Amino acid sequence: MKRALFALLLFPLAVWAASSYRLDRAPHDPSDIASLQAGAGTYVNYCLGCHGLQFMRYKSLTDIGLSEAQIKEFLLFTGDKVGDMMKAVQDPKEAKSWFGVAPPDLSVVARSRGADWLYTYLRTFYRDPKTPTGWNNAVFPNVAMPHALWTLQGELALDPKTHKFTELSKGSMSTTEYDRTVRDLVNFLVYVGEPAAERRKAIGIVVLFVLLGLLFPLTYWLKKEFWKDVK
Amino acid sequence: MQSRPGLWGWFDARMPSVAEQWRIHAAEYYAPKNFNFWYFFGSLALLVLVIQIVSGIFLTMNYKPDANLAFGSVEYIMRDVPGGWLIRYIHSTGASAFFIVVYLHMFRAMLYGSYREPRELVWIFGVLLYLTLMGEAFFGYLLPWGQMSYWGAQVIVNLFGTIPFIGPDLALWIRGDYVVGDATLNRFFALHVIALPLVLLGLVVAHILALHDVGSNNPDGVEIKKLKGPDGKPLDGIPFHPYYTVKDLMGAVVFLAIFCIVMFFMPEMGGYFLEHNNFIPADPLKTPEHIAPVWYFTPYYSILRAVPPLFNSQFPGVLAMGVAVMILFFLPWLDRSPVKSIRYRGRVYKAWLAAFVVVFVLLGYLGIEPTTVWGQFPDWPFLDTRDVATWVARLCTIVYFLFFFLMPWYTARDRVLPVPERVTV
Repeated sequence: MKRALFALLLFPLAVWAASSYRLDRAPHDPSDIASLQAGAGTYVNYCLGCHGLQFMRYKSLTDIGLSEAQIKEFLLFTGDKVGDMMKAVQDPKEAKSWFGVAPPDLSVVARSRGADWLYTYLRTFYRDPKTPTGWNNAVFPNVAMPHALWTLQGELALDPKTHKFTELSKGSMSTTEYDRTVRDLVNFLVYVGEPAAERRKAIGIVVLFVLLGLLFPLTYWLKKEFWKDVK
Repeated sequence: MQSRPGLWGWFDARMPSVAEQWRIHAAEYYAPKNFNFWYFFGSLALLVLVIQIVSGIFLTMNYKPDANLAFGSVEYIMRDVPGGWLIRYIHSTGASAFFIVVYLHMFRAMLYGSYREPRELVWIFGVLLYLTLMGEAFFGYLLPWGQMSYWGAQVIVNLFGTIPFIGPDLALWIRGDYVVGDATLNRFFALHVIALPLVLLGLVVAHILALHDVGSNNPDGVEIKKLKGPDGKPLDGIPFHPYYTVKDLMGAVVFLAIFCIVMFFMPEMGGYFLEHNNFIPADPLKTPEHIAPVWYFTPYYSILRAVPPLFNSQFPGVLAMGVAVMILFFLPWLDRSPVKSIRYRGRVYKAWLAAFVVVFVLLGYLGIEPTTVWGQFPDWPFLDTRDVATWVARLCTIVYFLFFFLMPWYTARDRVLPVPERVTV
């Protein structure tokens, strides 16, 4: 009876919302420092022009193993300081007149969309002559953004009947290389979404050890001792 | 004048009521010795209240109640404030933990008839606490100023707008603006950090005083004060301190371990404790496709959606939702069983209570999902909606209300078992 009640209480947590396009699982690894650094590089080169990370400081990238000198040399735009926020280069108003919508800030996009969504989205752009930019996306139909990484991935076409992608032109990367680049980028965005995530888990293990390994035996013994005379 | 030596004697001679209160409420408060698992949740609710107040104080130091700054200030807390992420997660996990603990605490009262005479006031203060907690959670949820914060508040304030005659003015008065905006955020902040916490604390005191005046119920529903030893102490009672203080201490450690597992390893709890869409800043011009309240409100939200509109007004649904909560106040008088505890009740009550738990959880689940979650019926002409989930929610709503409305009859007629003289261990 009791067990059945608990199962019922937990039931809602077991059901997940369905998505219309089947998302691929992002193979990102938040402990892979090299991947995070590569992702940061890709982000600054290909994304930061339009999409800011306004809640993130350049300086906090020291968390992923970059020195301040490296940040200055490889990531900073001229005129920015290491303590500055990672703001978009482009003026949002100007961007709005170009694309119809202002490119959103991506500081917490990994938390609203999820890594799987980002990983699939960035790999499913295809050529579509019906849209203003000439690009469309399988996960985000009629997206305003053109394919920013197309020189890397090349151009795809989507067959509307079979829902299969075909290659129109090759990019500078092979499919495996491109997938790895996107994985690194997604890894970086997940990190940016919650920079404290790795520290959180590490502290959590210590706290749980104290609670379950130390305080629980102590309080359990205390209770047993005091209750000995209760009949 | 000093009865005892030292600093404590000096203090006690000048303010004896401190020792007196300790005696009344802890050292010589006799609680039944047969409390089981379900009796942890009272002290745990108090613990969560303290956790929320302390973490809340620290959040206020860096949070900015300003429509332009609120979202950013939360991210600032998460990134630039040392330990800020921890404080924020303590508070967000604590909010959901509060409701889990309170729901289990209330269910305990239903299992063992703790709301019955002479504990009606304890129950009424408890329901008032639950209502205040709902208000506290609702006001607090607007503060991160994400999309769900914003549109959730918009939807709930608009519910008040459906009340005939005074509704629109009332909604305007609550918002302080024609849409949820900076004025709303400021007042919700004031209510969340000052007004309702004060009410909560006052009600907690009333709840505990009322309880300690009449004494605690127990899993057998036996009044331990009826049988006293020659020393005038209940035979089945043990002093709250040290027996239950050490037991609750152990319970608190187990609770904190579960709390920490969630907080450190899954603070979003799959989008139920921190909703994914709430990481998108509030945008008054962009309504999200699917607005769902946080999980602890969803049973009532489901009832609201289940009731069909009348003359183009959603008011019947709002009324049903209001009655669904308010009916809890009447529980002590609806239950007419000669016994209190589920242990000595008959099959009929057990079946009703089980049905109530099932529909409450089911309503909660359906309130999270869009009404299309279970597909649609074929196009039959007599259906006002074809969504299967809406019809299931309607059925559940009916069972929810029947549980209460039929209670005077089925509890009075149910066959009960004989209640023992003393508690069983």
